[in-house]
Amino acid sequence: MKMTVLKSAIAGLALVATGVMAEEGTVGFEINGDIPIVTRVPAAAHLDGALSEAISGWEYRDSSTQAMQMDDFDNPAMLAVEQAAEVWNTAMGTVGKSCADCHGDVNESMIGIRATYPKWNEKAGEVRTLAMQVNNCLTENMGAEAWKYDGADMAAMEALISIPSRGMPVNVAIDGPVASVWEQGKEMYYTRYGQLELSCASCHELNYDNLIRADHLSQGQINAFPVYRLKDTGLVTTHGRFKGCVRDTRAETFAAGSPEFVALELYVASRGNGLSVEAPAVRP
Amino acid sequence: MKSIIQMAVGLAMVGTVAMAGEVAPDDVAYDEYGAVAVSLTGVAGDPANGIKIMTERSKGNCIACHQVTALAEFPFHGEVGPMLDGVGANRSEAELRGIVANAKITFPESVMPSFYKTHGYIRPGDAFTGKAGTEPLPPLLTAQEIEDVVAFLMTLQD
Ligand code: HEC
Ligand code: HEC
Ligand code: HEC
Repeated sequence: MKMTVLKSAIAGLALVATGVMAEEGTVGFEINGDIPIVTRVPAAAHLDGALSEAISGWEYRDSSTQAMQMDDFDNPAMLAVEQAAEVWNTAMGTVGKSCADCHGDVNESMIGIRATYPKWNEKAGEVRTLAMQVNNCLTENMGAEAWKYDGADMAAMEALISIPSRGMPVNVAIDGPVASVWEQGKEMYYTRYGQLELSCASCHELNYDNLIRADHLSQGQINAFPVYRLKDTGLVTTHGRFKGCVRDTRAETFAAGSPEFVALELYVASRGNGLSVEAPAVRP
Repeated sequence: MKSIIQMAVGLAMVGTVAMAGEVAPDDVAYDEYGAVAVSLTGVAGDPANGIKIMTERSKGNCIACHQVTALAEFPFHGEVGPMLDGVGANRSEAELRGIVANAKITFPESVMPSFYKTHGYIRPGDAFTGKAGTEPLPPLLTAQEIEDVVAFLMTLQD
């Protein structure tokens, strides 16, 4: 069942072999031998030449870590995905409904969703991340408690919701009602925080592909999030990663789910427009 | 020499962070190219301790960004900054002191951190805790640690 949905989602790309230029970019690898993943794509016009290509973090990992992401049987994130699939079908809260009661099969109703978040929510009049949307359903539609923004339940649910979008191009909107939030995120990306006075760009734009200590710097893309970190033996959310990167500049970091990190997420996501959704990926 | 010592003493009385005889971070005299002619402490640097500062993560962590052949026994040299082999021959002691104390005066906008600076940060933290810190922060390196690093860099002659 899952496979058919996945296949139809990427039908147009399925014939493209690894390493070959697809119209949208270069297919770096396939998941399960049948979901082509574009790992290099010409950078979006709104980057104004700051990057020539958007490149997936997968490209910078060693071959054994890369391999774990190429087969779901080897991907340790899949355990959390299975657990989230059970939660999806479990009634929660005072309303007594499960996610499935309203959304049906996650592999059908959530096709393409991960690729377009964060995005504008007209009713709420705000930019929403996927995590905000899930918490909104928990509190407003189910009468349940919100989950910790970057906790394990949320990370697992985000991973589950990402599965039916794998292989689809990231495509977040940056104009219209989200424009000012996007600008805020862009400004943050270039702000040199903390006693080390480093911006995201210091490491992920000026120095990607360089070693910093033992770490091979990537572009800090989020098309692969949440990721399973082997070091932590668990999933890490986008905001969890942001928190760590800001903290490492000897700065006062921002809170997961804060308006600042929502803005930064929107901006960082837009830097990867065109890359395939890879979540949940594997990192050292 | 006498006048230098007198000056250093004078500064020490104003500075709050500096030890007696040290030039405080706000009082370092950079020339127009960012070089600093006068020792920050008046005490000769110790190159052996300089190696420690260069390689320890909690100190200068210089090799996180720089390759140095003479420090090859210490693992994980980064590539963010240029290789430092021969830097002691290519640059004067004054230039190196200025670069280590505050590289952004020699190289505007540099990615290299300013090691002898205590305030003027955006969201300064309390070391690596992620929590807020209060300015003035202790500088990343003390005056003597900077002199020690400079003494080591001067040994890199080829
Ligand atoms: C009572 C019905 C109901 C339940 C139960 C429910 N949702 Fe929703 N969900 C909705 C509605 C209605 C929307 C669209 C509302 C909106 O966009 O604000 C929505 C939207 C979403 C979206 C955004 C989809 C999009 O098109 O952008 C996600 C993701 C989501 N829900 C996840 C969940 C998860 C996970 C659960 C279980 C923890 C859940 N929902 C439970 C009714 C429900
Ligand atoms: C001192 C350098 C440094 C700075 C500054 C920095 N990061 Fe990172 N970041 C890293 C390192 C090292 C890694 C792990 C290796 C990699 O993927 O680059 C990383 C990883 C990431 C990742 C995971 C990428 C992946 O595919 O797994 C994201 C996302 C990220 N950073 C975002 C940011 C953002 C946003 C900022 C600014 C708030 C930032 N980083 C600032 C060093 C830095
Ligand atoms: C975050 C990365 C980073 C760290 C950490 C770092 N540097 Fe640098 N360093 C740089 C960069 C980048 C340059 C190149 C200058 C520029 O910005 O153009 C540089 C330049 C230099 C130069 C000048 C080389 C030349 O002759 O042009 C010296 C000397 C130097 N660094 C020494 C050090 C020492 C000593 C330390 C530790 C106390 C250190 N650096 C820590 C990034 C770093």
